[in-house]
Amino acid sequence: MSSNAPSFDDDFEFIPDQITESRRRAGKLLVRVFFALFVGIFALQILYKTSMIGFGFENWRPVLYAYLAWAVAIGVGQVISRGEAGYRALFVLPAVMFVISVVIVPTLFGLVIAFTDYNLASFEGQKFNGFDNIVQLVQDDFFWNAMRNMVFYVLAVFVEYAIAFGLALLLNADIKARKFFRVAFLLPFMLSPVAVSWMIGKSLMENRFGPVARLARNLGWDSPAFFTNPWIARISIEIMDAWVSIPFIMILLLAGLQAMPRDVIEAAKVDGANPWQNFWKITFPLMLPVSATAIVLRIIFKLKLADIVINVTSGGPGGATDTLSSFIFREYRDRSNVGYGTMIAIVYLITIIIFITLLLGFVSKRMQKMT
Amino acid sequence: MTSKAEEAGNFEHDENRFRLLTILSRVLIYSLLFFWVFVSLFPIFWTLTTSFKTAVDVTRGHIIPWVEFQPSWKGFRSLGLSPDTIWATSTVRDEFLKRFTNSVITSIGASTLAILIGSLAAYGLSRFQYRFGFMRNKDISFFFLSQLILPPVVLALPFLILYKELALLDTTLGLIFLYTLTVLPIVIWIMRDQFDTIPAELDEAAQVDGLSSWGAFFRVILPIALPGMVASFILSLILTWNEYFFAALLTSSEAKTLPVMVASQTGSQGINWWSMAALSTMAIMPLVIIGIALEKYIIKGMSAGSVK
Repeated sequence: MSSNAPSFDDDFEFIPDQITESRRRAGKLLVRVFFALFVGIFALQILYKTSMIGFGFENWRPVLYAYLAWAVAIGVGQVISRGEAGYRALFVLPAVMFVISVVIVPTLFGLVIAFTDYNLASFEGQKFNGFDNIVQLVQDDFFWNAMRNMVFYVLAVFVEYAIAFGLALLLNADIKARKFFRVAFLLPFMLSPVAVSWMIGKSLMENRFGPVARLARNLGWDSPAFFTNPWIARISIEIMDAWVSIPFIMILLLAGLQAMPRDVIEAAKVDGANPWQNFWKITFPLMLPVSATAIVLRIIFKLKLADIVINVTSGGPGGATDTLSSFIFREYRDRSNVGYGTMIAIVYLITIIIFITLLLGFVSKRMQKMT
Repeated sequence: MTSKAEEAGNFEHDENRFRLLTILSRVLIYSLLFFWVFVSLFPIFWTLTTSFKTAVDVTRGHIIPWVEFQPSWKGFRSLGLSPDTIWATSTVRDEFLKRFTNSVITSIGASTLAILIGSLAAYGLSRFQYRFGFMRNKDISFFFLSQLILPPVVLALPFLILYKELALLDTTLGLIFLYTLTVLPIVIWIMRDQFDTIPAELDEAAQVDGLSSWGAFFRVILPIALPGMVASFILSLILTWNEYFFAALLTSSEAKTLPVMVASQTGSQGINWWSMAALSTMAIMPLVIIGIALEKYIIKGMSAGSVK
């Protein structure tokens, strides 16, 4: 890690400190000593856990401490061996090392688990089973079903966007008590999806006593049930998720609307055109960049949708409301199937990366065409 | 040829029509606004009032307090939080307070850690030129931001096994690490936006005065960037306070947070509505208060960098 550490390139006003050769060597040595310590403890623990030697630590915690010590040594080593440049590297180094240790290492570890039959409920321990998990995944109807549901949930983002745009326009209109409306509209975003699951899913939409069910009965739906028919269940889940997240899109769009120069809009207004035409001719095109940001961000968050599904329907009826995340959650919770669950997660991650990359490519291409 | 009188008449006619349209659009705007206020607030109102209802009020669908039903402390009594039980011992309240404390420690701890390393990184990326292997500043920023697309499920199961080996399973510290990760991209995004608005001349002036780069950051830049820090801190707080997925998988008895407790109660059938409502009310109240009091910062944080 010390070999490809941050260094400076074209910062013209920056004069590197004069570092003596011995100081540079001391810094490098420090990092190497702590790295050796980390590797040593790691190796010791592996030998102990595989019963090749009789002494070691009860758990892997000391390895973590050695790792942290090595990380600190890298930081100190930077300063010792590079002076001011090291001090500057120290700004960004903690975050980089943190993300690498908490994301990259576990993801690589997950990649290994994904090719095993790891199951926490079995006593035999895990072993590699090659591509068995992938074969199982391709044949798993529940996986494909969850994927189809994700398509529905992602497409629903555009409906959320339309509503949020309407709300943003309302808030941007010449109204009194704007702050009150803004706070009221924002509040759903603050609530935990788990609480919302109960507040809306389990009480407002409750079949017997819930006010929504009562309203539905008054409107002529004899026995309202929001989570038994697949499509109604899916839409009910989507409504709850939309209720929580529409404020998020709304705030982004409102910021965009407020940043638009008023005089440009006034000047661009076509004589005799009504507000509706003006909106489509002026406001909407000007808002496209902000809209794209809002929609892409919202889709990214939507792809993680799980809490509401887990707590309201557990994916039911018959998997109709399942998202990929809630499906994997149950795969682990009900069957302790860590190996297979991780394989689904990795496949899902790859799908997301491809999808988001294509989406960003599409958006930036369209944006370039516009300007 | 129209006479002058006719012209004046037309004009008056147009004026009237215009005024009518304005009034109509006003009415439409305000009715839509109030409709959405109803949509946004009714579930919160419903939860709050249901926590003061008795069984009869729930089954009869009474909605308006004092008019349709007399509020009772039943729901809060079952949590041990009503005026008459608040001084008595209550195992439910102890359980609730433990989960509440866990949530407070976890969310504040993770937000603080994220602000700490996130602000540093954002400042560095905003001011200095880095080269990290083939990665330049732009790539490093993208590297941080790209963590946003990582769905929690990908990390959850590997972490389950890693934490088990590291004896971090069911610990608050373990949760704090993961939560820090989930909010770090957002913190860096907001703070970078914030630092970019502060002119670099300020840093240079501070360094001319003899401060080091770290001295300039802490003494000069950080105080100016405080609004951005507050905004990203509150946004982190909201996200971590509400987090359920990791908490449900990685905690069991010790480090369990409030959302997990709420979820475990909803799972059991035949749970009393009033105590469930009281529990939900207590779980959402801190954020509702924060939302009302600090709305300005939340909006600042959410809209950071979206408008260029």
